[in-house]
Amino acid sequence: MQFEDKLGYLADPRQLTEALDLKNASTDALVAFYRDMVLIRRTEETIAELYTAKETKTPVHLGIGQEAVAVGVSAHLNSGDRVYSGHRGHSHYLALHAPLTAILAEVMGRATGASRGMGGSMHLFAPESGFHGSVPIVGATIPIAVGAGLACKMDGKGQVAVCYFGDGACEEGVLHESLNFARVMDLPVLFVCENNLYSSHLDIHLRQPSNSVARFAEAHRIESRVIDGNDVVAVSEAAADLIEGARNGGGPGFVEAVTFRWLGHVGPNADIDVGVRRSPEELKQWKERDPVRRLTDALKEARGVDQSRFAEIDAEIETEIADALEAARGSDFPAGNVLIDYVYAGGRS
Amino acid sequence: MTRLAYGDAIREGFEYAMRRDPKCFAIGQGLWSPWYVGNSMKDLDKKFGKERVIDTPVSELATTGAAVGAALNGYHPIVVHPRMDFMILAADQIVNQAAKWRHMLGGRVSPTVTIRGIVNRGGEQGAQHSQALHSWYAHVPGLRVLMPATAADARDMLIAAAQSPDPVMYIDDRWCYDLAEEVAPAADVDIRSIKPVIRREGSDLTIAAASYSVALSLAAAELLEKDGVACEVIDVRALNPFDPALIRESVERTGRFLAVDGGWSTCGFAAELVASVAEGVSPAKLKGAPARITLPDAPAPTSAPLEKAYYPTAELIAERVRQMGR
Repeated sequence: MQFEDKLGYLADPRQLTEALDLKNASTDALVAFYRDMVLIRRTEETIAELYTAKETKTPVHLGIGQEAVAVGVSAHLNSGDRVYSGHRGHSHYLALHAPLTAILAEVMGRATGASRGMGGSMHLFAPESGFHGSVPIVGATIPIAVGAGLACKMDGKGQVAVCYFGDGACEEGVLHESLNFARVMDLPVLFVCENNLYSSHLDIHLRQPSNSVARFAEAHRIESRVIDGNDVVAVSEAAADLIEGARNGGGPGFVEAVTFRWLGHVGPNADIDVGVRRSPEELKQWKERDPVRRLTDALKEARGVDQSRFAEIDAEIETEIADALEAARGSDFPAGNVLIDYVYAGGRS
Repeated sequence: MTRLAYGDAIREGFEYAMRRDPKCFAIGQGLWSPWYVGNSMKDLDKKFGKERVIDTPVSELATTGAAVGAALNGYHPIVVHPRMDFMILAADQIVNQAAKWRHMLGGRVSPTVTIRGIVNRGGEQGAQHSQALHSWYAHVPGLRVLMPATAADARDMLIAAAQSPDPVMYIDDRWCYDLAEEVAPAADVDIRSIKPVIRREGSDLTIAAASYSVALSLAAAELLEKDGVACEVIDVRALNPFDPALIRESVERTGRFLAVDGGWSTCGFAAELVASVAEGVSPAKLKGAPARITLPDAPAPTSAPLEKAYYPTAELIAERVRQMGR
């Protein structure tokens, strides 16, 4: 197979390691991005620790290194918009400021969890915050988000649906059915592909003839943006344009955010022995494109934000996570009756 | 009371549900070309507009998923699959998504979607244009599975499905479309009220069946009456959740049981019916071993003589009952 390296520098970890170009984004907004990204990273690190300490066994798919995508997109969402995700969904949940205690409690199977302890890490639900569900069947929430978009269009209130998925989901037929469906019906849906260049274990070189998945949007005549997914400013700009278009009746949009996960497909380890390329060297290079450090450097250099401001935020986050963890640990497991009572509305009958 | 045929009754069910509830809409392939689905949706697009009766691309999975998504966002869609065979392409959305979201997300959400699968067989259509896969879906917790056998049920079960707080698989059979009866005016229906009913009383043997198999069983009971055998025929109606109480009570009276089902034998719904009797009726009350009539465990053929041999008939049921003794 002749492989097309269409992404070029976007997929080359030796590039784009410098401080971000902040453009005309406000300092307050950028500092808020920093806060959200660090909260996501530290929460996922905490979940990794819970897993390692055997406080939970539910499969955890961590997205450390990919925080900028969810934060950049969520900046343009309002209450009433509907977000769907897949197995690697913690960042999408947290970027909407959905309750921190509830995600930790859910991962630990507690009744106070986001899904009342019935879903675990892979099935999160916080509709009050705009997070309408995540599932690990690859691509399964893509048509569901399209249906949410259909509901938004029928409601006529200018709301949008967002679906996050990975490059692996682009190999599922349902993505193509869904893109076509959304285009034909002009539905307000933002498709966000976090292209981290790996499926669970295989390099995109072994799975597709090109490393850029935006070609699928083009095939369905959907406007797309291919961006550095570790640049929160770039993500935010792309999402702003496409979401505004969708709100105004322009139909669907597609973001391909090129990124990299620092940990393995599932669990708290780095998995540097899977795939053909993922190696300690490649991982080390990608960590140089750290979305948090690049934003921090830029805020210090271009906006004069002092290190003490970052330290203050970091400390707040540590307290927040510690409090949430204590609350989650202190909550009960679901009562036995819900095993049957949640099957049908009003219990089994 | 007006006289209504099963196919027209389905259309009346759509009309009632959509008039009653502005959030109810129909979506699927062929909805603007109703030859796809017999007379059961004729002119609905003209009455309700193409925004509420949506014809779709050839994408069973995305269409079903979109309906599930709309349902999760406050709507009550009815997805139409003109043949169950093609509905298999949507299995992920039905089994992994619609059936699971309530339980998996802690009971706070429910995909209030109706999935209408049509059994459309005969006419030498063969292996991929003939299947009745209700047993698969009856196996899945979280789905409600309804199979109407009469015109009144064809309408009322569709209304119940559209108004249900749970996802519903509504399965109708083209072989039933001309069955007609007097029906009362349409009204709201609570899906939980749909339980097995006795369609014909009898004291010698109990037959349980659903959908077209009820019509076959009633025809067999007519034949047997001439031989002096009184069959009780129970219409199962709701396959999931399945309530075996009425069947057990009946078999305790008659002592004999025959399940008739239009699906295959192995792990099919007839097996569930037989198991419900085996588990729930004292052996002392049984006068013989429970039995079942199903399709042969083979795909549907196209060749006319093979097709004739493939589908159970009233005569076949009557013959089996005679063998079971009295």
